[in-house]
This record gives sequence, C-alpha cells and structure tokens, in this order.
Amino acid sequence: MGAYLVRRFGLMLLTLFGISVIIFTLLRIVPGNIVDILFDTAGMVDPAEKARIAADLGLDGTIVQQYVNWISGIAQGNLGFSYVSEKPVVEEIAPRVPITVKLALMALGFTIIFGVPLGVISAVRQNSAIDYTLRIISLSGLSLPAFWLALLILMAFVAWFDTIPIYTGRPASLGEELALLAIPAAAVGFRSSSLVMRLTRSAMLEVLRQDYIRTARAKGATRQSVNYRHALRNALLPVVTVLGIEAAFLIGGLIVTETVFNIPGVARFLVEAIRSRDYPIVQNLVMLIAIVVVVVNFIVDMLYAALDPRIKYSD
Amino acid sequence: MAGTQYESELVRAGARAQGAWGQALYLARQYPLGTIGAVIMAFFVIAALAADLITWRDPLATNAPLSLAAPSADLWMGADVMGRDLYSRIIYGARISLAVGIGSTILGCALGVLVGLASGYLGGWFDLLMQRIMDIMQALPLLVLALVFAAALGPSLQNTIIAISIPLVPSVARVIRSNTLALRELAFVEAAQAIGMSEWRIAARHILPNTVAPLIVLATAQLGSAILTEASLSFLGLGIPEPHPSWGRMLSETAAEYMRTAPWLVIFPGIAISAVVFGTNLLGDALRDLLDPRQRG
Repeated sequence: MGAYLVRRFGLMLLTLFGISVIIFTLLRIVPGNIVDILFDTAGMVDPAEKARIAADLGLDGTIVQQYVNWISGIAQGNLGFSYVSEKPVVEEIAPRVPITVKLALMALGFTIIFGVPLGVISAVRQNSAIDYTLRIISLSGLSLPAFWLALLILMAFVAWFDTIPIYTGRPASLGEELALLAIPAAAVGFRSSSLVMRLTRSAMLEVLRQDYIRTARAKGATRQSVNYRHALRNALLPVVTVLGIEAAFLIGGLIVTETVFNIPGVARFLVEAIRSRDYPIVQNLVMLIAIVVVVVNFIVDMLYAALDPRIKYSD
Repeated sequence: MAGTQYESELVRAGARAQGAWGQALYLARQYPLGTIGAVIMAFFVIAALAADLITWRDPLATNAPLSLAAPSADLWMGADVMGRDLYSRIIYGARISLAVGIGSTILGCALGVLVGLASGYLGGWFDLLMQRIMDIMQALPLLVLALVFAAALGPSLQNTIIAISIPLVPSVARVIRSNTLALRELAFVEAAQAIGMSEWRIAARHILPNTVAPLIVLATAQLGSAILTEASLSFLGLGIPEPHPSWGRMLSETAAEYMRTAPWLVIFPGIAISAVVFGTNLLGDALRDLLDPRQRG
C-alpha cells in the first residue's frame, strides 16, 4: 500500500506536469498574438514599445523561459495578471471559487441522493416496468443538453412565477445564496444523477449475478437481506470509483449552467476568459480544474484500495 | 467472440428468422428500445440528406417582417429574430449536427485505434508514453478540453470537428489497447507468427478485425457526446460560426432574451438536440447488449 501510494502520487504529479505543458503550448499557438493586438490597437510604431508590452505581459524570452516563469510563479502564489482587468489572476479567481464549490457540492448531493437509490431499484427490479421507466428517464437525462434544461427551467419560472431565479448582485445571506443555487444545482445534478443511476444499476446487476448471492438466496436469506446487506454493500464500491468520473462530468455541466443562470463562478469565468483571450486566466483556471479532477481521482483510488480487501497494490 | 454472440443470437432465431427482413424483425423484437433509437437516427439522417426537398424556405434568408413570427401553417416552427424560418434552420441544422458529430467520432476513433493498436502491439516505452498522454487528456473534462482546442484552433467547421475529436481519443485508445493485449495471447495470433506473417500484417489482418465490435459500441456512445459537445461549444459561441445553422448556437442567440415572447425559439432546437442524442444513446445501449455480452446489464 505504501509503495503504491508513492507511485500513484508520482503519477499524479507527472499528469499535472503534462497538462501544464499542453495547456501552455496550446495557448501560445493561438492565432492572433496579444502583443501584436495591443501594439496595433494602441497605434504604436516603436519596436521598443512592443518589447515593453511583451515584458509587461511576461511574454518576453523563449517559450521555455516563459513556462518556467509561470510554474515558479505558481509555487510563489503569483499567477500573473489578467489581460482584461489587469488585476492579479489570484484576485480574479479566488472570490469566484466558493460560489462554484457550493454549487458543485449541492449538485453532487442531489446526484447521490437520487442516483444511487434509483439505480438500486432499477437493478433489483430488472426488466420490470419501473426498471424501464427509470432507464428511459436516466437516458433522457443524459440526452438533454445541460444548457437547454437550464433554459427550460428559466422559462418555467417566467411562466409560473413571473420571475427569473438568476444571480443579480450579491445575495444577502448564506441561506438566500443556497436557495438561489438550488435550482441550477438541481439542473446539473439531474444529468449527473442519470449517469450515477446507470452505473449503480450495472454494478448492482454484476454483483447480483455472483455465486455468493446465489448461496445467500439458497440458504434462505430474505430478499431484503440479499439485496441490501449482501449486494448493495459490494455494489457501492464501483460506485465510489464513479465519483472520480463524476468530478469531470460535473464541471462540464457547471460551465454551461453557470452561463445560463448568470452565476459568477469560476466555470462561467473560464468561458468569458476564453472569449476575451485572457490567457493568464485561462491557463491558470484550466490548471485549477485539472488539479481538482486529478486530486479527486487520486483520493478515490486510495479509498478504493482501502475499502476493497481484494485489491492488493503491492507491486 | 462478440461476432459469434451476434451470430448465435440469429441462429437461435433460427426457423423464425428468414432472410434479412426476418433477422431485422427478430432483432427489433429483442431490442425494442434500440429499435426506437435506430428509427430516430434514421429520421434525422434522412432529414439531413433530404433537407433541400422537405423545406421550402432558405434557412439563411432574413426577412424583417417575419421577425419572431409565431408557428403557423407556413412557418411550422415560427421564425427567429431575423425572420429566418426556424423549421428550415432545424432541418439544415441536422446536417451540421450530424456532420460534426459523425466527423469527429470517426476522426477520434481512427486516432484512438491507431494509438491503441500501436500501444498494445508494440508495448515498451511507446506504450508507457502513450498511456501517460492518455491519462493527461482524461484529466480534463471533455468540454474543457474541447473549449481550449476550439479557442486555440479558431472557429470553423473543420476546427470544431478536430476540437471535439481529440478528447474522444483516450477512451477508444484504452479499449483497443486492452483488446489488443488480450488478442495477442490467443492461439491464432501465435499460429500467424509461426507461419512467418509480419507483425504489421498480423495487427492489420487479425487483431484489428477482432476489435470491430467493441469499437462500434464505443463509437455509438461517443457520437452522442460529440453531438452534445458541438451544441455546447456553439451555445457558448466557440463552435460552429455563422452562417451555418447550428442547433446549439440557435439557443444562444435567443437564450433568455426572447423566451417570454418567442418560446418556440428555445423549445424546438432543444428538442432536436435531445432527440438525436437520445436516439444515439438508445441505439448505443442496444448495440452494447448485442455485441458486447460481458457488459450486458
């Protein structure tokens, strides 16, 4: 376990390093160099001015030097400056993080509360009317684009209550903020719970086919006991792994949902930054997302190893 | 193995299933949800191909007097703010949606097969390197990776296809790789080696055909996410540029602005996206059950 942990941790760092290189390179092959754009729009002609702009934006030196500057900046908590607002990137990103975290946690809660039990019911009643209904609901959950679902919810609010539950100004209290976030969280959670429902169902069916379940049934254990004590406990293990996939899936849903509901979180900020070519923001935000996904997956892997006695990561 | 499963299903249909029609009918009865998915897909493919025949207005022609016109006998789905016929735009939008969806799925699968096959067959440092690269790509959500690629490449039809295809590569590469590793151990590969067949020929003639079944299952599943990703990118304004009618962009143009006065602008494009993706998902599930019995649930 110790050796596995160290190796897995090393792999995690390697992955993050790879992502940083790819993102950094991608954003530098983008057509339309920001220095040229600023130089031309300001109507400057002196090459010395151009060099000064490049230096201000940290775009002087070779690409390797720029990369080293970025990474050593991260280590010192200095992420550079936004091209658009000219404020430090940290100041731009940090206040938006808690909003997205609250939204994501609420969506995750919604996902687990609905996804897991409905998946179990679907598996236990395989091929019944309720199984078919739940499967169709979960499949349609995966088929609806997240932004359309969000738009439909907004439309319903307009039609029934004549108000739009979107963010306008700072909410007065935490309670008010959570109430505002509940609807977008449900919209994101509906899609994710569909995914979890499907995965729980197939994990549960897999377990229900095992020999020890047949043994439990043969020795006369009740249906309840077989389904919940013997099967569900073991089926939940693969569901834990799903949380890793969920992290990435949820972030995808947050990007469009925050945009539709006008929520000033990091996910919408990423889209805004990409649109306005604010690359210091983009590159750091993508890195932040990658760190979240990779760390969640690392924790899930460790949990899995700790929970499943059959898995020995000795090599 | 998966192929024999499919054949055995047909053999079991035996006397009842005569000819192609009999077989099709048998499969339709066995997989009712998959059949619905296939019918939905066929509907959109035909609509996309026959767009010129089944629409009577130019999807790009603006017409100020018709701005935000409600659905009527002539304008089945109403008109957008520029007076463009929404019905025509949705039918022509099927072309864009399917072209981008199918195009990026094929490109993503082709790259994934290449990487997976080489990785599983060559092994060694090449395999290790490829595995790490795939790890890196999977650490970012599909939409985020597609957004960054779309931004880096610039907005165009081809670039959107490329931007969506790249995030699809890792999962295909992984499945093909593990399949290749399993197949390499089988006796018929050993036999081919024994008679002196070259490694590349074995890979192309023996390994690749045996990975077709899982590939079809994966490709169908990926088609749905490719179509959804195109819609999301276009909705966020970083996908298909004007003048192509894209379902996703139709929703962003109208979004909250006109939903009080012209709700049809929100409803119809959304139904189109959801129906296509729902169709591919139903079809994908049935194909998985049929071709990949280990995953049957």
